[in-house]
Amino acid sequence: MTGFILILISAFFFPGVILRAKSIASGRKGPGIFQPVKEIGVLLRKGSVFSNATGVIFQIAPAISLASVICAMAVIPFANQNALISFEGDFVFFSYLLAFGKFFAIIAALDTGSSFEGMGANREAFFSMLVEPAFFILLATFAMFTGCTSFSDIFSHFFVTGNHYVLIYSIIGFYLFIQIAMIENSRLPVDDPKTHLELTMIHEVMILDNSGFDKALIHMGSYLKFSIYGALMYNVIVPAGWNVFLQVSLFMAVQIIFAMIIGLIESFRARNKMNLNPKFILTLSSIGLIAFLIILILTDKLI
Amino acid sequence: MMNAVLFLIILTLTFLVFFVPKAYKYQYTLLLLMGAIALSSVWCFKVLSGSCQVLDIHLELPAFGNSLILIIDKLSAFFIVVVNITVFVGLLYAKGYLKPYQQTKNSLSFSIHFLSYLWLYLSMIMVVMIRDGLTFLIVWELMALSSFLLVIFEAEDRTILKTGINYLIQMHVGMFFILIAFLMVGKATGEMSFDALGLYFSNHSDFLLFILFFIGFGIKAGFIPLHTWLPEAHPAAPSHVSGVMSGVMIKMGIYGILRVLISVQNDLLLIGITILVISLMSGILGVMMAIVQHDLKRLLAYHSIENIGIIGIGIGLGVIGLATNDTTLSLLGFSGGLLHVLNHSLFKSLLFFNAGSVYHAIHTRNIEQMGGLIKKMPYTAILFLIGSLAICGLPPFNGFISEYLIYIGMFKSLSVTNLYQSIIILGSIVGLSLIGGLAIFCFTKAFGIVFLGEPRSEKAKTAKEVSRDMIIPQYITIAFIVIIGLASVLFVKPVFNIISQTFSLPDITNVTNAFVSNLVQISLLCGIFVITVVALLVYRHYHLKSRKVSYGPTWGCGYTAGTSKQEYTATSYAYNYNHIAKPVLQTKKIMKDIREDEIFPDERTFKSHSDDIFKKLFIDKPVDWISDLLKKIAVMQTGQIQHYILYAFVYLLLVFLLTYFNII
Repeated sequence: MTGFILILISAFFFPGVILRAKSIASGRKGPGIFQPVKEIGVLLRKGSVFSNATGVIFQIAPAISLASVICAMAVIPFANQNALISFEGDFVFFSYLLAFGKFFAIIAALDTGSSFEGMGANREAFFSMLVEPAFFILLATFAMFTGCTSFSDIFSHFFVTGNHYVLIYSIIGFYLFIQIAMIENSRLPVDDPKTHLELTMIHEVMILDNSGFDKALIHMGSYLKFSIYGALMYNVIVPAGWNVFLQVSLFMAVQIIFAMIIGLIESFRARNKMNLNPKFILTLSSIGLIAFLIILILTDKLI
Repeated sequence: MMNAVLFLIILTLTFLVFFVPKAYKYQYTLLLLMGAIALSSVWCFKVLSGSCQVLDIHLELPAFGNSLILIIDKLSAFFIVVVNITVFVGLLYAKGYLKPYQQTKNSLSFSIHFLSYLWLYLSMIMVVMIRDGLTFLIVWELMALSSFLLVIFEAEDRTILKTGINYLIQMHVGMFFILIAFLMVGKATGEMSFDALGLYFSNHSDFLLFILFFIGFGIKAGFIPLHTWLPEAHPAAPSHVSGVMSGVMIKMGIYGILRVLISVQNDLLLIGITILVISLMSGILGVMMAIVQHDLKRLLAYHSIENIGIIGIGIGLGVIGLATNDTTLSLLGFSGGLLHVLNHSLFKSLLFFNAGSVYHAIHTRNIEQMGGLIKKMPYTAILFLIGSLAICGLPPFNGFISEYLIYIGMFKSLSVTNLYQSIIILGSIVGLSLIGGLAIFCFTKAFGIVFLGEPRSEKAKTAKEVSRDMIIPQYITIAFIVIIGLASVLFVKPVFNIISQTFSLPDITNVTNAFVSNLVQISLLCGIFVITVVALLVYRHYHLKSRKVSYGPTWGCGYTAGTSKQEYTATSYAYNYNHIAKPVLQTKKIMKDIREDEIFPDERTFKSHSDDIFKKLFIDKPVDWISDLLKKIAVMQTGQIQHYILYAFVYLLLVFLLTYFNII
């Protein structure tokens, strides 16, 4: 339960911190930390414009996407406390439930009949397909290392093995989660949310026709996804046994650092050329394989 | 005794379909089918409920030397249940589908069609009940013949007839392999039956015989590279037939493989790895080829290959589990595979039926000419959507449950296995997750291009929803899909039971109990998910009521005057994917470049086409080679009787000489 609430709380300031980091890096004063949340409030108060081409799919998709994110959140643990719902293989459920939301986001984009949105939909489907193996390799190595098969068990057994080399591994896990989060949320270097040209967008171009309430739901889903991945990262670098208050403050610190990393990457890096993205994403899988190799050594299977 | 008589009566009554008036043939067929289904369901119930372990039914037929015995154990019962559901829904759906053919087809072709349908059903249930090798081959052959007759229903079209013959030949190649395998068993043990396999395996090498069986059954199931008949035959057949063929008939190959595996004792690891590798290849390549198809039914046919791959992954892992005494892995692997047999039969038949409805409405299977159909055919669209979500393995639908079983089996055994198995299992995890991602890519494309956006052709603009006869039967399938997804425990427990008895696994109560709690949690979370969605939608409804809602054109970046030809197409959707999948797919673009001196370019066409490299390699090339050879031999066919007499004389002389020198 704590995890669930902490993720909700950190989602409030997460996008603001990214914005703030970006504006400071570019020498601007920038908006307040809660500006994105206020913008959601504005969207909620607004009316909606729908395209004539769209139908029922377009109407229900944002709600389904958000619901999938909220339910996926329920399996994320925090420190020693179990997740709201925890069972063997809950990460498979996690990944497939998020895919369910994404499925609807993609077909909603196709529902508008716009070529721009078709393009975005196609890229989203394509890139998230490529990132799937990386996530599963990472989780497989976790499962192999700890002998557990649920998020809660894996993270509570992670540092218990007493093997100090696990630190190398948690750094790889941290790195992979950052990259997966960036791709899943369509941020740099795969996609630039601030680009001005439809032809080069991925996520933004998919939601061109959404407005008002639906757009607010989409933003909420995206912010929540960020803090979900933040929570996963936190779990791989902080041992579960520590004091609760320390844990909570560390959790917030990790979320803020994660947001700042994103902001800094977006300030100092250019977006990949679109057709280099597959290579970039597949690199993550190969890093995952290196992690697998490390685990083979750590568990004395190799050598 | 009673059972046998009833069964024989149904068998004989099927032939009377020829004498029933054309208008009542459908009703007669339905009645007979319902009778047969009721009878076989009673048998299954007896076996599955545990009131008897194995049900023997002696059909006292003198022609078979009184040896025709139907034996129903739990595995057979499971397959009969799977067959029953889909065949029943298929026939209900056929009522609406066949209506337009009432005028164009004569009474005889209807009789043949319905007779074949009934016999396809009867032969399928007999395949899973018969253990004797020779009788098994006879019903196996009946299954191939009846499905062949069903495929060529529209044989006026020469290409369909050609496809049908291609199918028939490939089925016989498969049967040939099974025949050889049975002959080997017969020669070694003196008995040609599945029961003698155990005896054979106990003192012979297992691998060779298993491979023979695997090729024979694998052609039916459609493992790559044995799949080439599948993408041809399914589009050619009427939709209710392709639904049944893809949903259940190809599963007979899976049944055969499982039946052989029961007896295998040695070489288990090698066999398991072989199955796993072939299945992974089928799964990944199947869906990769599916993505680039433009023909909706062909796309679905390639997806069958993918799903056979998933089933095979489960079975392969199960065998590896048997080899390493890892009960959890074999239980979860086999159960995942077996449950996926049921799941795939549900959603794939559903998808084929709806592809049929689309064909019915706009008379084309080309995806590029569809679009916007959700507004014209809302029921078909929603049914297709549920099928798509289920086939992608997304919760809360049934596909997720079977894939979850396989996943969890793999994850659980990762930490206990040794180096090589860890690598194999990690490979399968990556493969399965890739298949999942590709399937989502494929079905967002299929659903999005077919049903969403603006219509891409005149035909799609004027489409009308199909009649209720074609929609209502599918609710049965939908009900199963949703129930398996939400109340998975009800189905997984019996499947565990079937597997543990069939493969005589040691005590599994611990695993089952632990697993039931997992499944309950999944159901709970799925329930929460559904409730969240509903709550959000209800809130949204009231929220929008109090706000200003207006409608306008889609955002066109300042240019909204385009036609629907400028929409994203299936080809453009798959463009970037095509780019990295080129080595496998060999997509060809057929177009003419604009030359430099062409100031006013004339009309241009663009066509893209991707070949099935396996078809090229394993079917087309050998066939070309053989027909070239035969053409050369045809020189001898002079048409002059003197020459033929000379040939006969030379032949006799040859035989005489060879005998004289004791060579033959």
